[in-house]
Amino acid sequence: MRYLPLTHDDRRAMLARIGVSDVDALFRDVPATALAPLSAFDLPDTNGELEVERALTGLAAKNVAAGAAPFFCGAGAYKHHVPSAVDHLIQRSEFLTSYTPYQPEIAQGTLQYLFEFQTQVALLTGMDVANASLYDGSTATAEAVLMAQRITKRGKAILSGGMHPHYAETVETVAGLFGPMTRSAVTPGGAEDIIALIDEETACVVVQSPDVFGLIRNLRPIADAAHARGALLVAVVTEAVSLGLLEPPGAQGADIVAAEGQSIGNGLNFGGPYVGLFATREKYVRQMPGRLCGETVDAQGRRGYVLTLSTREQHIRREKATSNICTNSGLCTLAFTIHLSLLGEEGLARLARLNHAKASALADVLAAVSGVEVLTPAFFNEFTVYLPKPAAAVVDQLAAKGVIAGVPASRLLPHDASVANLLIVAATETNSDEDFAALANALKEVLK
Amino acid sequence: MSEVRYTDQHEWIRLDGEEATVGITKYAAESLGDVVFVELPASGKTVSAGGEAGVVESVKAASDIYAPAGGTITTANSALEKEPSKVNEDPEGAGWFFKMTLADKAEFNKLMDSAAYAKFVKTL
Repeated sequence: MRYLPLTHDDRRAMLARIGVSDVDALFRDVPATALAPLSAFDLPDTNGELEVERALTGLAAKNVAAGAAPFFCGAGAYKHHVPSAVDHLIQRSEFLTSYTPYQPEIAQGTLQYLFEFQTQVALLTGMDVANASLYDGSTATAEAVLMAQRITKRGKAILSGGMHPHYAETVETVAGLFGPMTRSAVTPGGAEDIIALIDEETACVVVQSPDVFGLIRNLRPIADAAHARGALLVAVVTEAVSLGLLEPPGAQGADIVAAEGQSIGNGLNFGGPYVGLFATREKYVRQMPGRLCGETVDAQGRRGYVLTLSTREQHIRREKATSNICTNSGLCTLAFTIHLSLLGEEGLARLARLNHAKASALADVLAAVSGVEVLTPAFFNEFTVYLPKPAAAVVDQLAAKGVIAGVPASRLLPHDASVANLLIVAATETNSDEDFAALANALKEVLK
Repeated sequence: MSEVRYTDQHEWIRLDGEEATVGITKYAAESLGDVVFVELPASGKTVSAGGEAGVVESVKAASDIYAPAGGTITTANSALEKEPSKVNEDPEGAGWFFKMTLADKAEFNKLMDSAAYAKFVKTL
């Protein structure tokens, strides 16, 4: 096998065929303002390892690490305690260095943990079948919309305004190629008239619960309204720990569940790698994207694991494949599976109750600060507060006082002036009463 | 009296009066191996000659089924959804995929007869 795919002749032939003079001409449409000349980066030509380490340590010290301050950021990425056993086990080289199995059946250990993972995801979401994971929650949501478009042979998707805006943008980028994407308007309190938007052209309605403002949604009426018009309900979950306490989307009529699994077993990781959870009803399994692991028996009747329904996949169905996803988030999936196995069903339920108790305590503390109003009537471990000043500036001032107060809604919805004073705050089992007091006291000073 | 024709995509089509029945040939069924899933067209769907009209999936491959001639689907063999193995057991009988009415019988007449198809298969 050649590892250098293109020769100069190949490249010339390809450029000639599409009628382009050189490779740079392909990037002609990139605005000049977006192009920085390499000289703009003030990097020394050479430096010793010690100098580089010193320089980078200095840069890193400018950050406040999530574990080094009272920390209340959520909005799609949650700081939870990950037991040290998780990191210890996933660093075994058999796990750490292996790629998605392309000769799958030789990797029985990998297939077994993927099978366990799928079982856990199906149980958590209340669905029949789950795949071996996708890249993250947002791309899983985009794949869910593509799948709904395939099943219903319709193009239109209605995206709840309560969905994380980054998720909505991902869906619009990917699935928007195959039909119109409509975003429903939502008030920060969560009121939304999404049912009125469903029509006979609608492939699916996409609703996140708890939503980006922390509000727990009742999916059942939306599912019923969607089904009455031949559309599907895609349920989105960005905080997987919530599934330990809330009614699973499957029990509320969801046809596809797309979720972010980072909260279980995985650190914040600077925003990735994360792990997308994807589950559906058995009748739709052939339209499901991604790899699917199954349990079977060998010729001697012994238990074994296989990748199944591969005929949906790209390496067999080529351009007719259900999706371009031929891989999964293997190591993050393993971390999820180990952590959830350590917790068990009762442990997850207790962890979820603890998260809710922490957030409820934080809400009480913040509501007692003059001028602060808690807007979210029903939440899990995250909620939205109204501040008497623009939230982005308040967050900066609090950061200077050593408190990472949460995510200003304006950072997610920069063009929506109505959210300027809203702050999204999350509390998990990692937050202490001292953290709550530190936030409340610093907030009182900043709002004075 | 019914007439049977064949396509180079290995479908057979049998015309009985106004209605034609379509399936995949014995050669195709044997090449695919054990069929595990069949996706059938909806009744009332109009198809053109060579247009996609379903999917057949075996343990080793998935292939599209094409309409041998243009027309309208009247019935699909829903028994295949429960028992796709019928395609292997009796590909040119109980393993039929769908029935259709033809828009233009000339398209049917242009297809290979059994002798021509047998000759075609020998070249593969």
